[in-house]
Amino acid sequence: MSDALLEVRGLAKSFGALRATDNVDLDVREGETHAIIGPNGAGKTTLIGQLAGNLRPDAGRIRFAGDDITALAAPARSRKGLARSFQITSIYREFSALDNVALAVQAHAGHSFRFWKAARAEPELREPARAILEEVGLGPRADVLAANLAHGEQRQLEIAMALATRPRLMLLDEPVAGMGIEESQRMIRFLAGLKGTRTMILVEHDMDAVFTLADRISVLVYGRIIASGAPEAIRANPEVRNAYLGEEA
Amino acid sequence: MDPILILEQTLNGLQLGVTLFLMAAGLTLVFGIMNLVNLAHGSLYMVGAYLWVLFAKLTGSYLAGVALALAGTLAIGVLVEIVALRTLYDRDHLDQVLATFGLILFFNELVAILWGRAAIYAFAPAWLSGHVELFAGLRYPLYRLAIIAVGIAVAAGLWYVVTRTRLGMLIRAGASNRTMVAALGVNIRLLYTVVFGFGAALAGLAGLMAGPIYTVEPGMGEKILIEVFVVIVIGGIGSIRGALAGALIVGMVDTLGRAFLKPTLATVLSPTAADAAGPAIASMLIYLLMAVILALRPAGLFPARG
Amino acid sequence: MAFRARTVSIAVVLVALAAVPPVAAALGQPFYLDLFRRIMIFAIAALSLNLILGYGGLISFGHAAYLGVGAYAVGILAHHGIHNGFLQFALAIGASAAVALVIGAVSIRTSGVYFIMITLAFTQMLYYLGISVEEYGGDDGMRLAARTQFGPLLDLASPTPFYYFVLAILAGFVYLVHRLVNSRFGMVVRAAKSNDARTRAIGFSPYPYRLAAFVIAGAMCGVAGALLVNQTAYLTPEFMNWTRSGEIMFMVILGGIATLIGPVLGAAALLLLEDFLAAWTQHWQIILGPILVLVVLFARRGLAGLLPGGGRDE
Repeated sequence: MSDALLEVRGLAKSFGALRATDNVDLDVREGETHAIIGPNGAGKTTLIGQLAGNLRPDAGRIRFAGDDITALAAPARSRKGLARSFQITSIYREFSALDNVALAVQAHAGHSFRFWKAARAEPELREPARAILEEVGLGPRADVLAANLAHGEQRQLEIAMALATRPRLMLLDEPVAGMGIEESQRMIRFLAGLKGTRTMILVEHDMDAVFTLADRISVLVYGRIIASGAPEAIRANPEVRNAYLGEEA
Repeated sequence: MDPILILEQTLNGLQLGVTLFLMAAGLTLVFGIMNLVNLAHGSLYMVGAYLWVLFAKLTGSYLAGVALALAGTLAIGVLVEIVALRTLYDRDHLDQVLATFGLILFFNELVAILWGRAAIYAFAPAWLSGHVELFAGLRYPLYRLAIIAVGIAVAAGLWYVVTRTRLGMLIRAGASNRTMVAALGVNIRLLYTVVFGFGAALAGLAGLMAGPIYTVEPGMGEKILIEVFVVIVIGGIGSIRGALAGALIVGMVDTLGRAFLKPTLATVLSPTAADAAGPAIASMLIYLLMAVILALRPAGLFPARG
Repeated sequence: MAFRARTVSIAVVLVALAAVPPVAAALGQPFYLDLFRRIMIFAIAALSLNLILGYGGLISFGHAAYLGVGAYAVGILAHHGIHNGFLQFALAIGASAAVALVIGAVSIRTSGVYFIMITLAFTQMLYYLGISVEEYGGDDGMRLAARTQFGPLLDLASPTPFYYFVLAILAGFVYLVHRLVNSRFGMVVRAAKSNDARTRAIGFSPYPYRLAAFVIAGAMCGVAGALLVNQTAYLTPEFMNWTRSGEIMFMVILGGIATLIGPVLGAAALLLLEDFLAAWTQHWQIILGPILVLVVLFARRGLAGLLPGGGRDE
């Protein structure tokens, strides 16, 4: 599968005796939306951490667009086109929504060793930021302090910041976590709109989101991928039903 | 170079290392378990020394003075923890640094008011004075040997408590994951007070033992505190093993460096150059060592958290 | 609107400072000139620390080191008969920047408690170095051979021109910091303080930006040191004592972190408070200590938060 945008081979990470990631192989093709599901404690956060560059794996390789990124730290991976949103909202609370997104734009708009001109007065940072805020539906809230945004709006801001770095691959860690029904629907519709234009890896609990958005699903249980394939196949897989979905899915 | 001199300085280095360890053990636990940067730890060292001077004079007995000074330092430590430090556990490091800095000013001035600013020269009791013939040609002060012995005993005692008792288990658990320990229903407040009091007593012990060797004066705690910081940084925060390793390394390097760097340099440089460079570099040696170790291991040699 | 009010506040303070020499002369109290000049010099030091501490979140307990480096740069040159201000200040700036670069390169790789202790330790190292170098006074320090002269333009031995020189530098640095913290560079430094993980996730490596900020702050403080040695006419390793670092830190907190006018207010407040208490009792530190503790516990926004348009928004 050498046309995979992201190729993971033999990834492993242990914390003492606990095997959080146990020999994981994963292929994510360009343009697809790939969901990773699994019960709590399956090791999803650890896996995302290793893909994003926050955790160093004990073993294994990660290739992105053909390059080995295993040894690269998070900033370098972002520069290569890998963006991430956090499960627990991680934004710049003291800055406005617009400033938040503009910073993400700035990180990919040339170097930042400019000491004199005000960054807020740079149209090449502000315009794209505004546009992205409009896209995710936060246009009118651009000048609100991030700390004062509603929880759902902050989740939208997370996505906006990921988009602003113009990524080829987005790692979305529970994008609708903590959102009400309406907000979740809106977010899912928005993400559905992104399908195809960007490759997305989606870690989610919300089965609605997963089965609406995913082209393929991988199931993570006790650090291992026990099944990987099209949604219908996963839904029907007896092992998966036992381990995770139960009988209702 | 005279081998007797080298041995003597090595023992001095061991003695300094032991003093540093007593200070570092308490401080590193407080850092590791309570996540508290306590700059006033040196003040407890100072309090220990001054209380010993006071009680030894009052009771006329060295040992009574020691016992009372330890008790007094422990009491003052616990008092400070309850009154001033509890509110700081939830604050960020900047607040902790500044608040404990305020405490330093307070204690230094308090001591100056009560005892004056002049250095006090205190003496070890007669039965601990004098020299001991260790082996052919090496006569070493009994008092310093006593310090080394006490230090080793304390280190052994700490090792026992930390590895063999329930309290020790809580301490190790707390040092590597504070929130989990609290979540397990342990009375975290009590644990914190116990750990802090423990550290205070150790600092007081270090102070009263150091009294006869270094002078007793306001600000004495800060001089040694910086070296204790270097010990903890080198050894790794939250780890007693790290504190021991760091203390011995710093004690040795500092003592041997001060004693032998100038003569060593004099063999390759001119006497005047060695005279100037020797003491200057010797005083910087432990900091340079710290920088090198940090470059290779940014979390120290034996950090408590994995 | 807040922006306007803030500019006005700053302008008012600067104008008030500019009025001190004539007022002091009218009152026949040259002491005030001296006092406020000292306040301004420390305000410059506090301003430089605020850049990395207030805006950058780097709790550097070793900032006094650069006061020392700047002071010694001037003092040593003066000792050897060089009184040219251009050379002296150039060396003060260059040396401070170089020292900051070395210390920062090692320290900024660490974080949290380690960073605090390391910066403290390095400052002490310089302090001990200062003490052990006998030729420049060692422990006791030495007198400044002669005050700095900038050719025929300015002689820092004249009190009033010296005063306005310091004021000009202070005003200039306030503006410089204003531009820095709003530039692309400043935004990264502030973002890294606000949320380090997020900053890495969007593609910034905080290290080079923090290091650059550290060097700039060191150089600025070196200028303060060069001014300080002219102020006191005496040079001692005590300039680099870590308690001095603590004092400067307090000025920053007292005035309000991450504000432009805070350092000035903080320096004024702390130095005036010290002077006031010292006149009262020689044991003033026993009162100051608890006051500082109380400020930390209860008055986090600092004095700048009291001014119209004050507070952190920048």
